[in-house]
Amino acid sequence: MAATDTHQASLPRLLAGLSSGTLADLDYHYAVHGPLARNRELAGSQIVDLVEQAGLRGRGGGAFPTARKLRAVRTARGGAVVVANGCESEPLSAKDALLVREVPHLVLDGAALAARAVGADRVIVALNRSATAERDALELALDQRRNASVDDVDFESFAADDSFLSGQETALVSQLNGGPPWPTFIPPRVTDRGVQKRPTLVQNVETLANIALIARHGAGWYRAVGTDAEAGATLITLAGGVGVPGVYEVAYGTSLRDVLSAAHVHLPDVSGFLVGGYFGSWLPASLIGRLELSQRSLSDHGASLGCGVVFALPASSCPVAETVRIAAYLAAQSTGQCGPCIHGTAAIADTLHSIEQGNASRLAFADLMRWTLELPDRGACHHPNGVARFVSTALHTFMAQFDDHARHGPCDACATAHTLDGPTRDWQ
Amino acid sequence: MRMRCNPIKCEAHGLCAELFPEWIRLDDWGYPIIETGPIPPDLEAHARRAVNACPTLALDLERD
Repeated sequence: MAATDTHQASLPRLLAGLSSGTLADLDYHYAVHGPLARNRELAGSQIVDLVEQAGLRGRGGGAFPTARKLRAVRTARGGAVVVANGCESEPLSAKDALLVREVPHLVLDGAALAARAVGADRVIVALNRSATAERDALELALDQRRNASVDDVDFESFAADDSFLSGQETALVSQLNGGPPWPTFIPPRVTDRGVQKRPTLVQNVETLANIALIARHGAGWYRAVGTDAEAGATLITLAGGVGVPGVYEVAYGTSLRDVLSAAHVHLPDVSGFLVGGYFGSWLPASLIGRLELSQRSLSDHGASLGCGVVFALPASSCPVAETVRIAAYLAAQSTGQCGPCIHGTAAIADTLHSIEQGNASRLAFADLMRWTLELPDRGACHHPNGVARFVSTALHTFMAQFDDHARHGPCDACATAHTLDGPTRDWQ
Repeated sequence: MRMRCNPIKCEAHGLCAELFPEWIRLDDWGYPIIETGPIPPDLEAHARRAVNACPTLALDLERD
């Protein structure tokens, strides 16, 4: 689609202006992105239409069409609430924290527009409890907006639990209603009955920041990069064996080879990629150069972009040890509500550990295959699905290494430092 | 109609699999694995019996 304006097809968009100042400052934010004047003229229904024409999808991992979610809340009975979800419990992801810390006004502009779109007078910005730098930036930005009377909605912030599933939509709403940070059974959907039983829009902060840009520049501008099926650009976090790790803004449809070479990834030094974070899929390094950054390309290989994490496992690291460690973490992060998840994830983690140690039963691989097939869609949330995908793609991608460990026990690389630890918080 | 289990309520009593083995089997820990497709009309009576027998009211039938 042709660009409708002069700067349309260029990137960065969400990360524009970051190199020369802090967008936590309201004046600089306006200087980079333009004023809100035009936004004020948009009615709620126009905002929904614009988001639909842009083809915006959620950036929290589910890639759900944002306009459909906006409409569901807009048409539900009762006064709505907007929750700007900045909880980034995925250990490898850094992009949500980056947006809240460095570009808070774009997120808040988007939240205010979303509130108008669904008829909400209240916006809650939820961050992890440990995200202190992000909370400071948010409070500073909210002060500036109150002093300048920017918004006609009330903003408040909320400190959510730091556990892995805390930012899951129903788990977040549970906390906002005074409950534990645990997912709840659907129905009810939070779009019908969420915070204080009111229709609730829970939207990732990157999605909201995109709404702020679409409202300013239009749907055609948004679609000027990306592909017809997946318009726009997305933030991804590159981590692991990456020369220049960090958060990148990349158009959908870009070849992964180009993305990785921009980040100085030397493919021969990488044994595999974890795409989509801890809930994601392992792909062999030999495949990655033929893929593009799009749900369509990745889903052909059983993968999904998820929350945008691409982790490169260095060839010097042991994929078995990394998989064992993350599977144990994920099993421990089950909230313990659903039997299949409690028992299934624990059994998977234990069996993987016994394979790593070389003392697994003869049925270990058969058990793992069966459990990973039986687990999906048998929890209140998608935790079992994520664990099953992570483990089955690890076995598929690194079968030779798993088989070697099952026969001979730990390898030399098992003992070396684990590389799948926390992310870098820098942007690129 | 389809059968759904609320896994938060389910406590693996296992009556459902005994009453409706055409549609439900149990995993290694006794929790039900339920067919996802629409239940054939001639099995709907079995489905209702399984739903009514669940001690924790974890099973539900949903209209398509």
